[in-house]
Amino acid sequence: MKLAVRTRGTRTRARLTAALAALVLAGLTATACAPQTSDTSSDSDEKTGTLRVWLFQEVGNEPKEKVVEDAVAAFEKEHDGASVEVEYIPVETRAQRIKAAFNDPKSAPDVIEYGNTDTAGYVKDGGLLDITEEFTGWREATDTDPTARQSVTVDGRVYGAPLFVGVRALYYRTDLFDDLGLDVPRTQAELIGTARKIRAAEPDLYGLAVGGAYTYGAMPFIWAHGGELAESEGAAGEGGSGAFSSAVDSPAARKGIEAYTSLFGDDNCPAAKCAGMTGNDTVTAFAAGKAGMAIGGDFSHAAVEAGKVKGKYAVVPLPGLKEGEIAPAFAGGNNIGVLRSTSHRTLAVDLMKRLASKETQGELFDAMGFLPTFTDVRADVAEQEPFVEPFVKTLDAGAKFVPASPAWAQIDASLVLPTMFQEVITGKKDVAAASGDAARKMNDAFRSAE
Amino acid sequence: MSHGMSPGVSVKRTSRRGHGGWTPWLYLAPALVVLAGLLVYPIYQLGLISFLEYTQAQVSGGEPTTFQGLGNYAELFGDTQFWQVLLATVVFAAACVVSTLAVGCALAVLLTRVRAVPRLALMLAALGAWATPAITGSTVWLFLFDPDFGPVNRVLGLGDHSWTYGRYSAFALVLLEVVWCSFPFVMVTVYAGIRAVPGEVLEAAALDGASQWRIWRSVLAPMLRPILVVVTIQSVIWDFKVFTQIYVMTNGGGIAGQNLVLNVYAYQKAFASSQYSLGSAIGVVMLLILLVITLGYLRLLRRQGEEL
Repeated sequence: MKLAVRTRGTRTRARLTAALAALVLAGLTATACAPQTSDTSSDSDEKTGTLRVWLFQEVGNEPKEKVVEDAVAAFEKEHDGASVEVEYIPVETRAQRIKAAFNDPKSAPDVIEYGNTDTAGYVKDGGLLDITEEFTGWREATDTDPTARQSVTVDGRVYGAPLFVGVRALYYRTDLFDDLGLDVPRTQAELIGTARKIRAAEPDLYGLAVGGAYTYGAMPFIWAHGGELAESEGAAGEGGSGAFSSAVDSPAARKGIEAYTSLFGDDNCPAAKCAGMTGNDTVTAFAAGKAGMAIGGDFSHAAVEAGKVKGKYAVVPLPGLKEGEIAPAFAGGNNIGVLRSTSHRTLAVDLMKRLASKETQGELFDAMGFLPTFTDVRADVAEQEPFVEPFVKTLDAGAKFVPASPAWAQIDASLVLPTMFQEVITGKKDVAAASGDAARKMNDAFRSAE
Repeated sequence: MSHGMSPGVSVKRTSRRGHGGWTPWLYLAPALVVLAGLLVYPIYQLGLISFLEYTQAQVSGGEPTTFQGLGNYAELFGDTQFWQVLLATVVFAAACVVSTLAVGCALAVLLTRVRAVPRLALMLAALGAWATPAITGSTVWLFLFDPDFGPVNRVLGLGDHSWTYGRYSAFALVLLEVVWCSFPFVMVTVYAGIRAVPGEVLEAAALDGASQWRIWRSVLAPMLRPILVVVTIQSVIWDFKVFTQIYVMTNGGGIAGQNLVLNVYAYQKAFASSQYSLGSAIGVVMLLILLVITLGYLRLLRRQGEEL
C-alpha cells in the first residue's frame, strides 16, 4: 500500500513539474510580458485647454490656496482659452504620486511642486522638462539666489524655478540663559561648551538637542570645518559635471563629524536617547522645554510657538569656527517644475513663472512664512518680520546644497549618513572607519547612478 | 483510486493515460489559470526584473532597460552587510518561531485544563492580540517600554533605561511583540487539534499515571503532528518576513542599522530608492531560502514516516 501511494505521489509531482515548465515556457515566449516602460516625452504645444497643477498640501493649507487662486486667476486672464486645475497632494505620499505621474503620462499633471533634493533624481527619471532657455530669459530670475538656482540645476541645465527655501538656525532659551548667566555662543567651541554648562546646571535638560538621524542638523558642522559631502569631479559649470565622489572621509569633514558626535554623551545629550533621534525629535524636545538649545528651521517656528517655550526663546545663526562666522546651513525648500509629458509646453512654463514669481513668493511669505528665493524679496520680508532675520542672515552667508546627483535619493533612503553618525556615537567604529565606510557606500551609489 | 491497489494495476493505468489523460487537466484548468495569473506570472516577473537594470528611470522612460545577467545578484552577494543581515534574520526568525510555538502550545494545553470563565478570558485576550494590527501593536509596545514615559520602566524601577539602544535588547523587545501578536494563531489551531483528540486516549494515558508533560510528548504531540507542521511552516514564513515590527519599533532598522532584517533591508536598499531590480533579486533570494526551508522540513518529516 505504501508503495502504491509513493508511486502516485511521484507521478503527480512529475506532471506538476511538466505543467510548470510549460507555463514558464509560455511566459518566456510571450515577450509582451517584459516589464513596463513608458514614454514621457511630448512634441505637441497646444495654446488652449486645461493645465493641471499638483502642489503640496501643507499643514494649514488655506492661506496657500488663496495665494495660488490669485496667481491662477491672473494667469487665466492673461491667456485666453486656458484654464487651470489645481490639486493639493499630501506630502507623505508625494513620492508615489509623482512616480505614478511619470509612469502614466496620460494622467500626469503639467506643472508640479517638488522637494529640491529630488531634482536630480526626477531629471534622471526623465520626468522634468529642461527649461534652461526660458529660465535664462526670465527677467526676475536674475535675482534668484545662487544656492536656490543650484537646486534646480543638473549638469548645467535648469529644470524648474525655485519656490521657497528653508534653512536652519540655532534656537535657544532666553530665560535659561538669563538664569544661568550664559552668553549666546559666538563660535562652535563656545556652542559645545555652553551646551555642557546647561546640562551640568540642569541635568533634566539636553544642553543642545542633537540627533544621530538628524543629517541636516549635522551637515553645518562638516561644512563649517571646510568639509564637503561630495566633490564634483572635473567641475564643469554650475551644478558640476554629474560625476561625484564622496568627501565625507576627508580630514576636514572628519573634524566636523568629530565635533558633532562629541555632543552625544551624558554631558549633553545621552547617546542611549539621542543616537536615534531625528530632526523633528530634537525640535519637539526643545518645544516641550526639554532642551536648552536646538537646531531648527524657519519652518519649525509654528511648532515651537505651539509648545511650552513660547515667548521664552530666540534664534541666532548657527555659529561657525571663528567669531563672526556662520556655519553654512543646508538650503532645503521646494521648486516648481514642468513635466516632460506636458502637451502645453509654452503655457505650462508661463504658469510656472507665474507661480514662482516675485509677487507670488512675497504673498506666500505673508500667508505661510515660506522664505522667498529672490534675494531682493527676501530682504524686504526680513524688514517686515524680524523673526526671519537670523534665517536670512544664514542664507546670505552662503547656504549649501546636497550633491546634485540622482544617487542622492538612494544615499538618503539607505541612511548612509545617519548610520555613520550612529556608528561613531555608539563607539562601534571610530570617525576614520565610519566615514571611510560611508564614503565607500556613497561612491558605490554615485557610480551606479551614472 | 483505492489504497489497496497493487503496483501492477497502477502501471496498467499509466499506459492507458494516452487517451483520457487530458480530461483531469480540463477540470483543473480554471484553478490553474487563476493560479498562473496570481502566482506564476508575478514570480516570473520578479525573476525577470532581477536580471535587468530596472529603476524609476527605466519605468518612466528616462533610460532604456538593459539586461544585467547576474549583475544584481553579484552586487547583493558582494555586500558584506547583506550576509550580516541574513544571519541576523535567520537567528531572529528561529528565536521567534521557537518562542511562538512554545507559548502557543503551552497556552493551548492550559486552555483545555481550565474552567469556562478563565478559558473565555484567555481566548478573548488572545483574540484581541491577534486582531490588533501590527503597526498599532508595535507602537503600543514601544510606548510601554518608552524610556521617559513608559510604565514598564516605572514598574521595574529602571529610570530612563532605553530598550532600543542595545542591539540584543532591541531585538528582544521586537521578539516579545512578534510572539505576542502571533501566538494566538498557534494557540487556537493547536487547541482545536487537542479538542479533536479522542478523550479515551487521554484518559487511558492519565490512568497509566502519565504526567502532563509526558502526555503532551507521547500522546498529544504525535497526534497533533500535521497541525504542528502547518503552524511551524506558517510561523517560519511569517517570522522570516517580519517587517512592520522592526520598521516601527527600531525606527527603520535600529541605531546604525543594528536591527536590520532582510525585509527592511530590501525596503531601504531597493524600494525606498526605486532600485526595483535589486529589490527583485532580494525577493528571489528570500523566496528560494523559504522554499528550501519548507521543502527540507517536509522531507525530514516524510523520512520519519509521516504523510501529509
